[in-house]
Amino acid sequence: MTTIDQAPPVLAAKREHSRAWRKMKKNKSALVGAVIILFFTTLAVTAPILPIIDPLATSWSAIRKAPSAMYWLGTDDLGRDILSRMIWGAQASLMAGVFSVAISVCIGVPFGLVAGYFGGWVDMVISRVTEALLAMPFLIMAIALAAFLGPSLMNAMIAIGLSAMPIFVRLTRGQVLAVKTEDYVEGARAVGLNHLEIMLRYILPNVLAPIIVQATLTIATAIIAEASLSFLGLGQQPPAPSWGSMLNVAKNFLNQAPWMAMWPGAAIFLVVIGFNLLGDGLRDALDPREA
Amino acid sequence: MSEAPVLSVKNLNTSFLVDGEWKNVVRDVSFDVYPGETVAIVGESGSGKSVTSLSIMRLLAANTSRIEGRIMLSGRDLLSISEKEMRGVRGNAAAMIFQEPMTSLNPIFTIGRQISEVLTRHKGLSKSQARAETVRLLEKVRIPNAGARFDDYPHQFSGGMRQRVMIAMALASKPKLLIADEPTTALDVTIQGQILDLIKVLQEEEGMSVLFVTHDMGVVAEIADRTIVMYRGEAVESGPTEEIFHRGKHPYTRALLSAVPRLGSMQDRKWPTRFPVVDIKTGEVAESLEVTGTVATGRMPVLAVKNLVTRFPVRSGLFARQTGAVHAVENISFDLFQGETLSLVGESGCGKSTTGRSIMRLIEPTGGDVALDGYDVLRLDNVGLRDMRKTIQMIFQDPFSSLNPRMTVGAAISEPFVKHKLGTMKEAKEKTADLLRKVGLSPDMAGRYPHEFSGGQRQRIAIARALSLDPKVIVADESVSALDVSIKAQVCNLLLDLQQSLNLAFLFISHDMAVVERVSHRVAVMYLGEIVEIGPRAAVFDNPQHPYTKKLMAAVPVPDPSRRGLRRGISNDELKSPVRSIGYQPPKRQYREVSDGHLVQVA
Repeated sequence: MTTIDQAPPVLAAKREHSRAWRKMKKNKSALVGAVIILFFTTLAVTAPILPIIDPLATSWSAIRKAPSAMYWLGTDDLGRDILSRMIWGAQASLMAGVFSVAISVCIGVPFGLVAGYFGGWVDMVISRVTEALLAMPFLIMAIALAAFLGPSLMNAMIAIGLSAMPIFVRLTRGQVLAVKTEDYVEGARAVGLNHLEIMLRYILPNVLAPIIVQATLTIATAIIAEASLSFLGLGQQPPAPSWGSMLNVAKNFLNQAPWMAMWPGAAIFLVVIGFNLLGDGLRDALDPREA
Repeated sequence: MSEAPVLSVKNLNTSFLVDGEWKNVVRDVSFDVYPGETVAIVGESGSGKSVTSLSIMRLLAANTSRIEGRIMLSGRDLLSISEKEMRGVRGNAAAMIFQEPMTSLNPIFTIGRQISEVLTRHKGLSKSQARAETVRLLEKVRIPNAGARFDDYPHQFSGGMRQRVMIAMALASKPKLLIADEPTTALDVTIQGQILDLIKVLQEEEGMSVLFVTHDMGVVAEIADRTIVMYRGEAVESGPTEEIFHRGKHPYTRALLSAVPRLGSMQDRKWPTRFPVVDIKTGEVAESLEVTGTVATGRMPVLAVKNLVTRFPVRSGLFARQTGAVHAVENISFDLFQGETLSLVGESGCGKSTTGRSIMRLIEPTGGDVALDGYDVLRLDNVGLRDMRKTIQMIFQDPFSSLNPRMTVGAAISEPFVKHKLGTMKEAKEKTADLLRKVGLSPDMAGRYPHEFSGGQRQRIAIARALSLDPKVIVADESVSALDVSIKAQVCNLLLDLQQSLNLAFLFISHDMAVVERVSHRVAVMYLGEIVEIGPRAAVFDNPQHPYTKKLMAAVPVPDPSRRGLRRGISNDELKSPVRSIGYQPPKRQYREVSDGHLVQVA
């Protein structure tokens, strides 16, 4: 989920991985989360080869049809098959969620680490900038950035990622401030490790837990934000589907065709739950103190 | 003892609900406390001594704990009354004081208000009566200028003074029984002496009974009429304190007592001496061995500190201007030879830890010279500094925070070796196994994480890690202070073994005079950032010259029950502050040579 991996402890790298994996396998709810994510990911990846109707094909004879044998999940306001739009939309939505959070984490966590670890004027500068960014509402900033970058799914993900980044800076910095006073950090200095080694091996692993939780929660926010951007024409470009844009259209027909909103809503809900369960499991599995 | 006991505990069993199972942590403990008597419960961590005292006050969480047996307080069965009635007992018939004076007072109310609240609630006094009574109580616990301090907040009091306030609060309702749970453990030794004296005096004046929970045999000997020794949830032995100390029958009692460092036990010994080892099963005592002939005094000192000064700026105001400085270390000089142990002793805030960290440049010193095995430490660049760290290593106080919880023990021990590229991975592995064996652990423990080990084992791991670079000097910053008595003895013995076999030099930073006497060749006493007395161990301990050294020695509790009547008559003054205003020039200090190498600060 995140692209940060800890510098492997010298002797026990293999053991560490197998231990985490064993613990992960024992954790039922984490497995459920993994299955959900795997299911949607498989759908998204195999969309081109699945025997489904073209998601862009409109049909005047099948506008807003309820679920039936022909259209398993019904059709939308232009007569497009919702099932195939859901499957193709999974691509955009999952990407939006995962990529934008990856961007947030990859930029936010290092800045937070540096700010918390070094303190002083470095911290001053990073913290003030972060606060300025946090003062702007998340969505407004994402819209402004996406508009500035130009409408496309990639740019929308970048915009969402940058807008969600300040939370990670702040969260990481706060955690680092707490961990940095531990004796083992001073001990690492006494052994002669340099700043980078201390940050990566001693501080990062010990601040990871809340970051993982925050990241799984932010994935949900990011999927919704992508929907909002799509609605404004800044995200996934119509007629290509994403769950968010499907929801946006569906809200106009809540009375006439509730299934249009139901399926993408349920999918977003499931994916978010899946990431949360997986994130919790990952947090516990990576902590050697949890039995 | 024909009187009825104030507190009578019969077959106390306390269990906790852990992961759905009831775990018995106190088993079948019975004892009585008679009027005016002091009973001590002594034991190491996990022995159930604190749980016993909390059970008596019924202060354990009701849904996860179960208390069985009979607890009679002045003829009233505490286990059969309702929680509401129990609230009337707490702080009234029986009062309790705790270990942490820093957290047991509410920081947002004045201390006067906190005490008078007890009086208005339990005694129904009016506000003005309560105020007068509070001032009387504060005077009773010897708080100077009590009337004026009524409206002060807890943060304006030092640790010792706060513990006095806690005692005053406990006394407010004239309890029949005072339960003191490690009341002096968090305090400095001179302050501890004051508080122990105070409890003794108050007990005489008020005629109350005291149940004293502690791990410190010295404190027990000094305060208790009778003693109960607890071990793994059971009272293994109880009896008059004298009896326990001189004719203890249970092997554990004997093991505990032989592990207790005694001030003055080293009077006719020349060298640091290991603690005697007692077989826990048979109670047999093995001979304690000396560490001989390690010191290389003739040659260059491995560590030479000259005029070391470390100050921390104190900033205040809108623009954080510097308004003063903490003179943490002020003009300190000493030498440390190969194979020698020099102890820095003093109370909290005296600058002993800062000295250790400044020498290693974990803190940047303000000035001075440190020569370490050829390195001019204070003028090294980053590369040189990293190189220098091969020569000097540190062991910290708290074994629970000094190891990275996310790193296996093997990785932690081999890391310095790998980092400094001292050999191949295979060699690192061998070295780790070897070090684990050296510190008395097994090599196959390398794959485990720190949380799987006990405090003593972790401290061994920390020692192994420090040794992985084959350093010449080890700074041991309160390295045995947080450990239980028996573990403390073992770790001290390990350090001495290592000194003998590896010819290590230790800078042993500690507040525990008795341990220091046991392990050191030379001793330096620090006060307010300065060394006030330094010299060979025997000279400093047998012939202390500086008034502060004398005061420090007098305050150490000695595990000898015959000294029970002793009153120190220590004044109630507190440690002064080393914060100075800007432009303060520390006075030039003169030292007088008492005997060979024994220097005392004069004026």
